[in-house]
Amino acid sequence: MLSREVSDVSAKPRVATASLCGCFGCHTSLLDIDERILQLVDLVDFDRSPLTDIKTVGDCDLGLIEGGVANTENLEVLRAFRRHCRTLVAVGACAVNGGVPAMRNALALRECLEESYVRGVGVYHPGIPRDPEIPLLLDRVHPIHEVVKVDYVLPGCPPSADTLWTFLTAWLSGQPIAFPYTQIHYD
Amino acid sequence: MSTTLSLDGRPIPFTPGQTIMDAALAAGIYIPHLCHNPDYAPHGSCRVCMVGVGGRLVSACTTAALDGMTVESNTETIQSTRRSIVQMLFVEGNHVCPACERSGSCQLQAVAYYVGMLSPHFPQFFPQRPVDASHPDFMIDFNRCILCELCVRASRDHDHKRVFAVSGRGLASHLVIDSPSGLLGDSHFAASDRAAQVCPTGAILPKHRGYEQPIGQRLYDQAPISVVGDLRAQPGGE
Repeated sequence: MLSREVSDVSAKPRVATASLCGCFGCHTSLLDIDERILQLVDLVDFDRSPLTDIKTVGDCDLGLIEGGVANTENLEVLRAFRRHCRTLVAVGACAVNGGVPAMRNALALRECLEESYVRGVGVYHPGIPRDPEIPLLLDRVHPIHEVVKVDYVLPGCPPSADTLWTFLTAWLSGQPIAFPYTQIHYD
Repeated sequence: MSTTLSLDGRPIPFTPGQTIMDAALAAGIYIPHLCHNPDYAPHGSCRVCMVGVGGRLVSACTTAALDGMTVESNTETIQSTRRSIVQMLFVEGNHVCPACERSGSCQLQAVAYYVGMLSPHFPQFFPQRPVDASHPDFMIDFNRCILCELCVRASRDHDHKRVFAVSGRGLASHLVIDSPSGLLGDSHFAASDRAAQVCPTGAILPKHRGYEQPIGQRLYDQAPISVVGDLRAQPGGE
């Protein structure tokens, strides 16, 4: 159930967001709600999010995940969100089904890396990066529901600002979530 | 003799020999479908047009209409079965809508919207399938093929060429091309063929153009397929 179940009714619901293997387009779309963001900050508190620059996720009512799972850091962040968020939502094509990054799934990881870092046009000092600071890539890009339980999905590349707003306002008011035809698209 | 069936409680007249789909289309009632195209013999392979008759699910495109028949179509149970079927079509291939020129004017996508699909739900197969760009005018992206066999039927029954066929069984079923190399460019396929015009997805696409219509103005951007109709039924076609 997509209910907030806030124990302290005086507290504003907490919302965390993260971009895993995405392009930040879904976050940009969230900012595209324009002046409605002033309403939103009155209604919710943001926890970890690129919008707040908070680096660790605390207990939240809602987690919005953009992007699929392509590397070990994505895995760690996604699992932390699942532990801390009562409701977890896959936002956008990449979180929902892997999206464009998952097109690499048809190729072996080594082939992808060699194409980019060894044989690629204009590559100098060829060699696959192996700095320990760089998260290890997984052999495949996964939709997030293959890794954790997901409570709701918002398709789109990105979901439009109106789609996100419809979802957020319905969720905040505890109403059933229903979209007009034009707000659901896969691209 | 007048014959009538009941579709979701509505009396629908038909002539003997028509299928449930024929009768519904003639009455202007939409039953979602992908492999059905009234120009070709019914195929019954996509299973999206499932309707309830006598407590069983049957495909509307291959089931003969009978006098006094009671047919259920627009119920939540049937829509949810159709949704699962469409979700399976999505995970079996690689349908990357954001990277497809057909997006917005794609019948697979429009049917998925119609049945209320928010996500493909099932584990993705991520199959490895090639793209055939050997033909000067058309390309085939096998990642997007749903094996509806409309190109097979159009090439065989209208173009009289038999350029396409489906080979293999079960999960290994795949579209093959009749040419010594197996490539489209070495076949008798021509841009003027009907087979070039019938694909309900982005699997068979014209080259040298793409993303011609801006987002918002594409076929299914503003209204659902139940209102707009099939891709191939549009004035001027594709």
